[in-house]
Amino acid sequence: MSPQPTSSTPAPNEPATGGSVVLAWLFVGIPLAWGVSQTFIKALALFK
Amino acid sequence: MATTSLLDTSPASTSFLDRSRTIAGPGYNRWLVPPAALAIHLAIGQAYAFSVFNKPLGSLISGDPNAPAPTDWTPGQIGWTFSIAIVLLGLSAAVFGKWLERVGPRKAMMAASLCFGGGFLIGSLGVHLHSLALLYFGYGFVGGIGLGIGYISPVSTLIKWFPDRKGVATGMAIMGFGGGAMIGSPLAVALMNHFKDSAPQGVTPTFIVMGIIYLLFMQFGVWTIRVPADNWAPKGYVPSTEHNALITTGNVSADNAIKTPQFWLLWVVLLTNVTAGIGVLETASPLIQETFSDKFMGSGRGVTAAAAAGFVGLLSLFNLLGRFFWSSASDKLGRKVAYAIYFGLGILLYALIPTLGHNLQLTLYVVVACVIISMYGGGFATAPAYLSDLFGKYQVGAIHGRLLTAWSTAGVLGPLIVHNLHESAVQKGLTGAAAYQNVFYTMAGLLAVGLLADLLVRPVADRYYEKGPVTIEAGGH
Repeated sequence: MSPQPTSSTPAPNEPATGGSVVLAWLFVGIPLAWGVSQTFIKALALFK
Repeated sequence: MATTSLLDTSPASTSFLDRSRTIAGPGYNRWLVPPAALAIHLAIGQAYAFSVFNKPLGSLISGDPNAPAPTDWTPGQIGWTFSIAIVLLGLSAAVFGKWLERVGPRKAMMAASLCFGGGFLIGSLGVHLHSLALLYFGYGFVGGIGLGIGYISPVSTLIKWFPDRKGVATGMAIMGFGGGAMIGSPLAVALMNHFKDSAPQGVTPTFIVMGIIYLLFMQFGVWTIRVPADNWAPKGYVPSTEHNALITTGNVSADNAIKTPQFWLLWVVLLTNVTAGIGVLETASPLIQETFSDKFMGSGRGVTAAAAAGFVGLLSLFNLLGRFFWSSASDKLGRKVAYAIYFGLGILLYALIPTLGHNLQLTLYVVVACVIISMYGGGFATAPAYLSDLFGKYQVGAIHGRLLTAWSTAGVLGPLIVHNLHESAVQKGLTGAAAYQNVFYTMAGLLAVGLLADLLVRPVADRYYEKGPVTIEAGGH
């Protein structure tokens, strides 16, 4: 969903495309997924 | 471009860090804001993994974690590093909240990244020189300020971008704080293994590398974050016309908010929720090993140290998931009802835990503990949306910062209660589940206090609201 222009004057910013949103989520998602997987592997010891 | 300092808020300053340079232009996609916030929270969430350094820091002189030298730091001395950082988190969030509202999230995120990354670097010098004071000052004091500013920096911005899904948005960011430990812990272990031959326990170079990694990682948030233009609203967004007296359309300043009973009721809500949750987290490993030891389960069938570490990992996972799940659910349930569930269900589950321990029902015990911890995380993540509902968006970041002093208090109170009650039970000769039952019953009692505080929350009286329209720029004056 994109913002609607309003009464204030926004600074000239680059528009964000769908691709940049995907890249942004990958940037934070990959380390988070790695951390979760490491934790999950450790947690498996509880059920052995 | 004028050269400005981080704290320069003069109208003439035009650095890229300024709020005016972060106002989103047409076409900016608001779904870029949660990853920007996550970049900050995933980094600072490392603090919860600080215990991974305990043994290495305690054997810098001897070189053997199992045989510390007399001049090595004790676990108690090392533990103060984390405690100082958590106290500074609450204090700096309270002190810098209004500054954040004035200068905007980008400058605050930059300050947070410099403090958090810099804290590691100063701490590395403390480790290298074996100076405890320098470790406290670096990781604890400077890093703790980074934690506080970083924690609140994206919150009000997220609420402004997602007025239709406040719980989802803040839940996503605060989930990152829970996830940060999951990244920070294996990362630290891997780095210490890599550097173990070049420095005692590999700690000094690990601190340096982690400081630089986190400083750079947080820059993603600094550069990506944007604030919406004044009066911006999502396309097609129509504020709910359904009357809910606990969702205000007005605005209360941070200074006025702390004069209201609602603020202090929420302070008690957060204090009790966090104190009880820390009670479980703090003792998770010894708790499950002692409750389900060979003595009670039979030879070779007790919970081992490795399995207990798995239990701690599982709790971390549910702490993370709960932050997103419960906070998102609060968008539908309402904040007051959501907290009533955390507390109501929490009281039942805390009271049930000792019985499950006595009956040696391990699987059910683990499931119940996971649900409890998910609600502990949910309590953290729902707080900003509750504040926004009650006090408006005007200075919600600053109000949230002041609320976080409850976290600092709980960080001291929770472990104190647990250790004293457990110690007292052990002195009476109690073992296994019996040694912890008073801990859980006391925590259930604390949750009852929290439930009462939540139920007492009423709409804020008109006299506390700002008169006339407010602008963000005016927020700090």
